[in-house]
Amino acid sequence: MQPVIHLRDAVALHGRFPALAGVTADVHDGEIVLVRGPNGAGKTSLLRVCAGLLPVVRGEASVLGFDLTKDAVAVRAQVGLLGHANGLYSDLTVRDNVAFWAACVGASANEVVAVLDELGLSGRLADTVVDKLSTGQRRRTALASLLVRRPRLWLLDEPHAGLDAVGRDLVDAALRRAAEAGATVLFASHELDRAEPLAHRVLELDGGVVR
Amino acid sequence: MKALLRVARLIAAKDLRIERRSRVAITQIVGFAVLVLFLFAFAFDPTRGVLARATPGLFWIAVLLSLLLVVGRNFAAETADGALDGLRMAGLEPGGIFLGKFIALLVELLALVVVLLAGVVVFYDTEIPAAGAVLLVTSAFLACTGLAAAGTVYGALSAGVRVRETLLPLLLLPVVAPVLIGATRAFEAALGTPSDDRRAVASVAEGWPWVALLGVFAVMFVAGGLLSFGTLLED
Amino acid sequence: MSTSEASGTGTRGSRILGALVLIGGAVLLVVVGFVLPADEVQRDAARLLPLHVATAWLAYVAFFGTAIASIFYLIPRTRSLAWDRIAGASAEIGVLFLSLLIAVGMIWGNLTWGVFWRWDPRLTTTALLLLLFIGYLALRNVDGASERRARRSAILGVISFLFVPIVHKSVEWWGSLHQAPSVAKLDGDIELDDSMLFSLFLSLVVFSLLYVWLMLHRVRLARLEAMHDARGLDSAIAARTAEAVR
Repeated sequence: MQPVIHLRDAVALHGRFPALAGVTADVHDGEIVLVRGPNGAGKTSLLRVCAGLLPVVRGEASVLGFDLTKDAVAVRAQVGLLGHANGLYSDLTVRDNVAFWAACVGASANEVVAVLDELGLSGRLADTVVDKLSTGQRRRTALASLLVRRPRLWLLDEPHAGLDAVGRDLVDAALRRAAEAGATVLFASHELDRAEPLAHRVLELDGGVVR
Repeated sequence: MKALLRVARLIAAKDLRIERRSRVAITQIVGFAVLVLFLFAFAFDPTRGVLARATPGLFWIAVLLSLLLVVGRNFAAETADGALDGLRMAGLEPGGIFLGKFIALLVELLALVVVLLAGVVVFYDTEIPAAGAVLLVTSAFLACTGLAAAGTVYGALSAGVRVRETLLPLLLLPVVAPVLIGATRAFEAALGTPSDDRRAVASVAEGWPWVALLGVFAVMFVAGGLLSFGTLLED
Repeated sequence: MSTSEASGTGTRGSRILGALVLIGGAVLLVVVGFVLPADEVQRDAARLLPLHVATAWLAYVAFFGTAIASIFYLIPRTRSLAWDRIAGASAEIGVLFLSLLIAVGMIWGNLTWGVFWRWDPRLTTTALLLLLFIGYLALRNVDGASERRARRSAILGVISFLFVPIVHKSVEWWGSLHQAPSVAKLDGDIELDDSMLFSLFLSLVVFSLLYVWLMLHRVRLARLEAMHDARGLDSAIAARTAEAVR
C-alpha cells in the first residue's frame, strides 16, 4: 500500500538555506513515528514540508497521495499540524478557539465538547481566556484544535513541551487513540524518555538528512 | 458562492468577537481618534475658525491614522501565535477569509466614524444640515468600504514582516490618498463648509461626483482583494 | 546574446546601445541648450521641457514595465523568477527617474515662479507615484530574492499600477478646485514650434534607449546574482549535511 508519507532526496529551502538537504523516509498508515535529532537538524522543517507549508524544490515528496512538488496546498486540509506556536487567539476562550477551528472544517458542537473532555479542558477551564492559561494548558488547547479536525495525518512539533505529568498522560492517550482509529502520527520531540515508548519507529534527523 | 459567504461569516464573527472581548478597539483606538481631534485643536487656534473650515480634512486624517491601528491589530492577532498557519491549513477559501476580515474591519471603521462624527459635533461645533445628511452617510459608508478593503489587502501584505509597523503606513497611506481627497470633498459639500475665503460654499450637489470616485475605489479594492488573497496568504 | 560572466554584464549589443545613448544624449543637450530658441514667456526654463517630458515618459514606462512583469510572474503558466527580476529592476529605474522628474520640476518651478513646490496636480501625482514606488522597493527589501518576495511584490506592483488612474483622477479633481485661473499651467504657454517638437521627439527616443540600456544591465546583474545563488545551493547542501553533530 502507498505510504502516507513518501520522501526521497527531498530538499526544502528557507530562503537560500537548505533546511532539508535530501531527506529519504517513508511513513506508513497507522504508524507513530518519532523524529529525533539535535537542534537545527531540520525537524520543524520536515513537519512543515509534510504539512504542505514549506515547498520542496528537489527530489520526490508525496503525502496522502498528494504530490508536494506540484500542489502542496491541496494536502493541507487533510493533515493537522501542531507547530512551535500554538495558533490560538489569546483574547478568546478555550472553547471559542476550538469551536472556531472546528467550524472551519464543519465539525459539530458535540465534537468540540468531546475533544475538550478528552484533553482535560472542560468545565471552568473551557471558558477561560487563553491569555490567562498556563503554557501547558495552551498547548493542550492547541492540540484540541487539531484533534477536532480528525485529520488522517498528525504532524506534531514538540507536543509535550510545557506540559505537566497529567497533561502528558492526556496527550499520549489521545495520540494512541488516534493511531488505533487509523490516523498516522509523525512527531518531533526532545523528551525522549516520554516519546520513545510512544513510537513504533524512530527517524534520526541530523544536518537536514535522515541518518 | 455560498461557501465563500460561510467562511466570511466565520472569520468576521471571530474577528469581531476578539474585539468585543478585548475591547482594545472600543477603548484604545477610539480614544486615540478623539485624541487626534484634540491635538488638531491644540495645533490650530480653535477660536479663529480654522478648525471649522478644516473639519472635513481633519476628520478623515483622524480616520486614516486610526485605520493604521485597526488594521495592525486585526492582523497582529493572526501572527502573534501563528494562527495564520492555522488559517492556511484549514482549507478555507482565501476569498472568504478576505471577505471576513474586510467585513470586520468595515464594522470597526463605521463605529469609529460614528464616534468621530459625534466628536466633531461636540468639539468643533460642526452642524450637520439636513440637506447634506444623505450625502454624508453615503460618502462615509463608501469611504469606509474602500479603506477597509485596502486595509485588508495591505495588512495581509505586510503581515508577519519584521518591519510591519513602519511598512504598513508607507504602503497604505499613499494608496488611500484618493479616499482622503474624495471623502473630504464630499464632507465639505455635505456640511456646507466654507473651505476658502475666496470660494463660495460648496453645494450638496457638488459632493456626489466624489461619491462616485469613492465607489470606484471601493469596488476595485474589494475585487482586487478577492482575487489576490490566496496568493497573499502564502508564507 | 549570452553574458560573459567573467567580464560583467556588458555585451557587444549593450555597448553599442550605450554608445548610441551617449551620442544621442550629447546631441540632445546641444539642441536643447543652443539650437532651441529661448521661449518668449518662459525664457531659458523652456529648455527643460523636453527633458521634463521625457523623464515623465520614462517614469511611466518603468512603472508600466513593473506592472507587466508582475502580471507575467503571477500567471502560473509564465511564472519565472526572471519576471520578478525585471519588475524589480524597472521599479528601481522608475524611482530614479521619478526623483529626477521631481527635482527638475522643482528647478523649473523655481526658475519660472520662484517657488520650489507647487501643489499642482501633475507634481503632486508624481510625488504620490514616487511614494508608491518607494513602498514597493521597501517591501522587496524586507526579504532576500525568493519566491515569497516575488509573489508579494508582484501583487503590490499590479495593485499600485492599477491605482495610478484613480490617484491621477482624484488629484486632478482636487487640483482643479484650488487652482486660481491666473496661474499658468506648467507648460501651458510654451510654443510648440518645429525645433521644440524635434527636441521632444529626440529626447523621447534617447530616454527610451536609456531605459533599455539600464534595464539590460540591471536585469543581467540580478540574473548573475541568482545564478550565483543557485550554484551555491549544492555547496550549501553539502555544508549542511556536514553539519551533523554526530
